[in-house]
Amino acid sequence: MKQVSVIISTYTADVSGICSALYELGGMVVIHDPSGCNSTYNTHDEPRWYEQDSLVFISGLSEIDAIMGNDEKFIGDIVRAAKDLSPRFIALVRSPIPMMIGTDFDAIREIIERETGIPTFYFPTNGMHSYVQGVGMALAAVAEHMVETASPSRGTMNLLGVTPLDFSINGTLASMHAFFEKNGYDIISTFAMGSKPEEIARAGEADINVVVSSAGLAAAKVLRERFGTPYVVGMPVKPFTDRLLACMEKTEKDRKNRIAYREEQEEGGQTAPEQTGQIPVGQREQTGQILAGQKEQNRQISVGQKEQTGSITDESAKKDGSGICLIGEAVVSQSLAYAIKLRYGSSVRVLCPLETEEKLLAPALCRSVDSEEEIRKLVRGAAGMIADPMYQPVCPEQTPFFPLPHEAFSGRIYRKQIPDLSDIGFLDAWMKQWFGEEAGDGTEL
Amino acid sequence: MLEMIHGSREAMQKYRPPVTEKEIVSMKNAAWPSPFRPGLEYNSPAHGTWNIVHTGMLIPGSHQIYVCAANCNRGVVLTAAEMGAADRFSTIAVKEDDITNGQMEELVIDGVSEILEKLKRKPTVVILFTVCIHHFMGCDIAYIYRTLRERYPQQHFIEAYMDPIMQKGGITPDQKLRKAMYDCLEKREQRPEQINIIGNDLPLQPDCEMLSVLREHGCTVKDLTACDTFEEYLSMAESSVNIVTYPPAKMAGEALSERLGMRFLYLPQTFSYEEIDRQMEQLLAVLEEVNQGSSACRKVTGQADDGRTPEEQGKADEQETIVPATAWDPTALRKKCDEELERTCRLLHGMPVALDAAAVPRVLGLARLLLTHGFRVIRIYADSFSPEEEADYHWLREHAPELTVCATIHANMRVFPRGGEPVLAIGQKAAYFHQTEHFVNMVEGGGLYGYAGILGLCERIREAFLTRKDTKDLVIRKGLGCVSCI
Repeated sequence: MKQVSVIISTYTADVSGICSALYELGGMVVIHDPSGCNSTYNTHDEPRWYEQDSLVFISGLSEIDAIMGNDEKFIGDIVRAAKDLSPRFIALVRSPIPMMIGTDFDAIREIIERETGIPTFYFPTNGMHSYVQGVGMALAAVAEHMVETASPSRGTMNLLGVTPLDFSINGTLASMHAFFEKNGYDIISTFAMGSKPEEIARAGEADINVVVSSAGLAAAKVLRERFGTPYVVGMPVKPFTDRLLACMEKTEKDRKNRIAYREEQEEGGQTAPEQTGQIPVGQREQTGQILAGQKEQNRQISVGQKEQTGSITDESAKKDGSGICLIGEAVVSQSLAYAIKLRYGSSVRVLCPLETEEKLLAPALCRSVDSEEEIRKLVRGAAGMIADPMYQPVCPEQTPFFPLPHEAFSGRIYRKQIPDLSDIGFLDAWMKQWFGEEAGDGTEL
Repeated sequence: MLEMIHGSREAMQKYRPPVTEKEIVSMKNAAWPSPFRPGLEYNSPAHGTWNIVHTGMLIPGSHQIYVCAANCNRGVVLTAAEMGAADRFSTIAVKEDDITNGQMEELVIDGVSEILEKLKRKPTVVILFTVCIHHFMGCDIAYIYRTLRERYPQQHFIEAYMDPIMQKGGITPDQKLRKAMYDCLEKREQRPEQINIIGNDLPLQPDCEMLSVLREHGCTVKDLTACDTFEEYLSMAESSVNIVTYPPAKMAGEALSERLGMRFLYLPQTFSYEEIDRQMEQLLAVLEEVNQGSSACRKVTGQADDGRTPEEQGKADEQETIVPATAWDPTALRKKCDEELERTCRLLHGMPVALDAAAVPRVLGLARLLLTHGFRVIRIYADSFSPEEEADYHWLREHAPELTVCATIHANMRVFPRGGEPVLAIGQKAAYFHQTEHFVNMVEGGGLYGYAGILGLCERIREAFLTRKDTKDLVIRKGLGCVSCI
């Protein structure tokens, strides 16, 4: 069954994704939930909780209030807390029970906004989707409502899709900043980690946006719509960085959106034009744009859409490390896979277990998976496996396994072992150990 | 009481001080039993208290399965992983369609079946948790368990709930689990000399008077926290008395005692000398009753009905018969406690002390004990008071009216000034809010019990005073006393 996980973990869900994305922006996030969401979030999904105060609360919904439709308590509690704490904005986050009972968040949002005079947003999460959707919704709302009108200036950029869920707090973000700055870019803001709300407000001044995780795509679309800012999708992982920079330069010139890790197929002619890195400028899509008060989620997700090419069980491929499986979030993982190809000459197959917009999945590089059972089948016969340590139980016994902890999967358990993702060199020793002299045609180890 | 409920405004104010909207209040103004107006809830980073995952893992060989939305699964699956028990844990994710398609029962049954088929080592017990969603959609829980029990007769299925939406108006998921965890026990012949400690997470300190008395009386004590095998757990059904020392387990002890015809003793951890003595006298009286009952029983039957020879029976009687109770004399223990409390108080030399209700169930009683022995207790962290502490509440209002009571979940606690004057904290939350490195790292009473518990606490306070702890590293770990691999 798709929904059964016998042994592996569960990804951070949409509710925590909202909280994580808005954490540093000075708002008050209220999860309408009985108990548990806040504890789960601050324990397993939020490494900043101890050191950095942020107003994230639950409503403490009770059975009687749910049955009787007592929204007055919810509203009153929020209004009182808002008057005490004076947040910049209020975000209402839905959990499973309010979804089931059809709580009228649109009306509640309006009442709270009227009574407090504080901008109030509503995010129609239900705890049944991944953080990618939650972070995506939140960052799209930030792009829509917190960014002021501006004119772009040359050589400037925003980083979109950054939360500790994908990048932890281990220095990867600082390395990404250093990389772009070294290459002449002035980073105006990072959505949404390490930037003040005032810097986020200036995001419209950027000449280009770089989407470093799939959670940043919805915000990129909003900024494209509002300011015409083109975007490039890809994370700067050395040596994939050269290709990313090349894409950015092209995009700065032709103002076309690109997916950097798909451009290889475009140039190699292996993919149809409509599947290449270029995304036409056009009508704003609905995907991921969740505005305040919007009732239902509109998503284009690729779950269930599989493409069958690119066997990972090819015995000949095992010798040089080709046929390694890498499991994780789409943009980061495909960027890592590209970097592996460049550095070690090894082909890597990315398995993406998260709901992701289809265009972010390069057909020759990545496939969507949606269950432990499917992953177990796909990694059978893989030359090696790179994944969060909590995937190790599904890795065949003889298959080399490289533990690459992902905060959104194993939480804080392996946080200290998360490498700086900005340089694929963290795999050197492992690649040499297992694929050593056979390692491909890339950078010498 | 009638006057309070139906009386005038004056009467209301006399018995029930006004609930404050703020997060801190002096004892003299603290309303009983809830000093703070309910509102949005903050969750501090102090996580040492056990949750349902930790508690459920106490059953040897058990396997937990949660059927819920990903967001709810996330917290419990990582709790299990952090305690190194990911291999005893599985999940079934509930999606939107499952709520409306009328197939929820099938999802649960098929999901559990698939998990059981795939597990290499079959569990002794499956603890299956359904959640708020199932309650609200009227899921046929009975059908699920009936089907699973028919399909897998070798496994025990424990009916457990993770439905926090129910906890404000009734029994908490934690209480339900503690009760359900003994549902596998089936009626067996009782051994008069065997006694259960029911429903605690942490083992009682071995040197406490209660365990000493039981040992002196020839009793065998069974405690789930010390059961290494499933059979050992099942043998708890042979006990004649159930003792509960941890308040959330009271319902579990009562239910088990009623179901299997065992005696029940509720002897919660307390810091009152008088109450400790009363509890010991209760225990001794029950031991006496059990002793007499077992002798009478043997006289009537003349032999054991387990097939033992008269010689074997005689030897067993010698071993099993409870040693007659002697009178309880606490004089020496009281004196020792007074001395140790005074010694500890002198060592602190006026250093302020803050306590939290997660450290001990009877936090008001602990404050009273410390205040009466000269400690400078300045603050109690508690969101509400236990119904068992009304006498201590009134005592503190009269004798320590300026002592402050501070909420832990009130929204304002997120921005409450932390740090300040150096404080010795008892409990993780008190340590966190005061940002002190001098704290007693303890939850749920810490296994301390009786006079020995007071002596043990003194020792822990002195250790906390003399050494520094890495507060951030310690308090964020879940389930103090469990393995933690973070």
